[in-house]
Amino acid sequence: MIDKLYLKHLSLQVRLDVLEMVKTARSGHLGGSFSAVEILVELYWNEMNIRPEEPGWQDRDRFILSKGHACPALYSVLARRGYFEPEELLTLRKLGSRLQGHPSMLDLPGLDASTGSLGHGLAVACGIAHGIRLDKKKSRVYCLLGDGELQEGSIWEAAMTASHYNLKHLTAIVDRNRVQLDGDVSEVMEIEPLVDKWLAFGWDVIVAQGHSFQSLAKAFEHCNETLLPSVIIANTVKGKGVSFMEGTSKWHGKYPDDREYKEAVKEIRGNYS
Amino acid sequence: MKELKQQLKATREGYVEGILQAGRQNDRVVVIEGDVSSSIGSAAFNEEFPERFFNLGASEQDMLGEAAGLALTGFIPFVGTYGVFLTGRAWDQIRTGICYMNLDVRIAGAHGGLSVGPDGATHQALEDIALMRVLPNMHILVPADANQTRASVLASLEVEGPVYIRFGRNAVPQIYDKEKKVKIGKGNLLKEGSDITLVACGALVNPALRAAEILEKTGVAAGVIDMVSIKPLDNELLLDQVEGTGVVVVAENHQETGGLFGAVAETLALNLPVKMDVVAVHNSFGTSGSPAEVMGKYGLTASSIAEKARGLLR
Repeated sequence: MIDKLYLKHLSLQVRLDVLEMVKTARSGHLGGSFSAVEILVELYWNEMNIRPEEPGWQDRDRFILSKGHACPALYSVLARRGYFEPEELLTLRKLGSRLQGHPSMLDLPGLDASTGSLGHGLAVACGIAHGIRLDKKKSRVYCLLGDGELQEGSIWEAAMTASHYNLKHLTAIVDRNRVQLDGDVSEVMEIEPLVDKWLAFGWDVIVAQGHSFQSLAKAFEHCNETLLPSVIIANTVKGKGVSFMEGTSKWHGKYPDDREYKEAVKEIRGNYS
Repeated sequence: MKELKQQLKATREGYVEGILQAGRQNDRVVVIEGDVSSSIGSAAFNEEFPERFFNLGASEQDMLGEAAGLALTGFIPFVGTYGVFLTGRAWDQIRTGICYMNLDVRIAGAHGGLSVGPDGATHQALEDIALMRVLPNMHILVPADANQTRASVLASLEVEGPVYIRFGRNAVPQIYDKEKKVKIGKGNLLKEGSDITLVACGALVNPALRAAEILEKTGVAAGVIDMVSIKPLDNELLLDQVEGTGVVVVAENHQETGGLFGAVAETLALNLPVKMDVVAVHNSFGTSGSPAEVMGKYGLTASSIAEKARGLLR
């Protein structure tokens, strides 16, 4: 288990990376990247069995970023974890970059799937879980879903399959930041009662604080032991780490100007000192 | 010309023979079904390889997503259900979830074309080839009989990336023997002809051969190409034949836009513009009736092909 202070430091670094990447690209999704930072850091440093020096390792645990627009955070995590040099991060969304606007597996080794069309990832993760079982491997597959993304019907087709086939190698995490592009999820299209929905679909459900490593680690520990497909409802804050970006749809897909950037950097550093 | 064997057999039977053989040859082959395994016959795979068979119920989007996941773990999934729902409902999953990653998923569209008959317009896939043809990395095979369907399934194992195999429901005359192989990117010249070239696929190959017989009686020598590989198209065979005849009729059990006619027209427009006509469905939905009645109503017949050929030669 990695020391909590080190994980906190990593989260600071990832948020600074994401901020600089989106500012440099002059486009990208800050709010949904910031809400997912601790989940990604916990997964890539504490939970997943991976070899950054051998991204295609057959026995690895796999991760599907179903909410593909949060890829700035995933790219930063992959770079800081050693999949590629952090210098490359600032090529995000530029012509010729391996860091496409949404994750492209064939461009960037380390990505386990290409995503970006919402609602796809859970079914792909189910297929991987089927594959893991057929090969009698012990690997796990993790799938990060947005809460707005749960409005896609295809998510619930896959949810049925996971419980019908008892895909216990699969853990989904819902980044429950309560805000989507057009506004509050509850106003755009209510998805509650969320715990009841997943329970009704036959999943093992656990609620966690999505910015607390302690809470996340406990939730993942539970998922590793259950005999059902499991889902962690991770309560998060959209835009977490920068007060003027928090809890608002305004920063779903907007890049910061120079003043906003400086203010945000100052705040992120301040939060962790 | 190859002598026609009049034995009738449904192409879907060839699909089942194909996946069983593929499953025996290669233990990475898995089959994904959507509640129609007893209808298209793939339940037989479940009997022989239950651990490699997944019935996911009526959920096309999920089926294609699962297929992508299984392919990402090194399996070769054959996903089969009615072509109209497979390619329509789950097109985004096929596009971004499979083609964008160039995954080894084999998509089997059953009940292709008008010849589904009584089920009517909702179940008659008339747009599936067009929907698949616009996708980068996709290969498309449209076999004409049961043996060629079986051979298409086996041919799909020879290439990397996604493959769409489209076949029909009703029994059709056998054209090929069991030994004849399919190669992706290659068509078959079934009959030489110096006056006009008939290009057909799937259920229209046999009518095209019969149209050539009709034309022969009036002194017209029609060549017949079975273009089983629609993507990539066999440009070499097409251009070679059309250089000799300079006139083409295309026949397919599909909308006249975006399918085989579209593919042939694109190749000829860029390389060898010639006079062309088409026998296909013209901007319309299908309807209920027996397969023969519906095919007759929409003019997907040997006599229509012969008539169009005569019109071009007039």
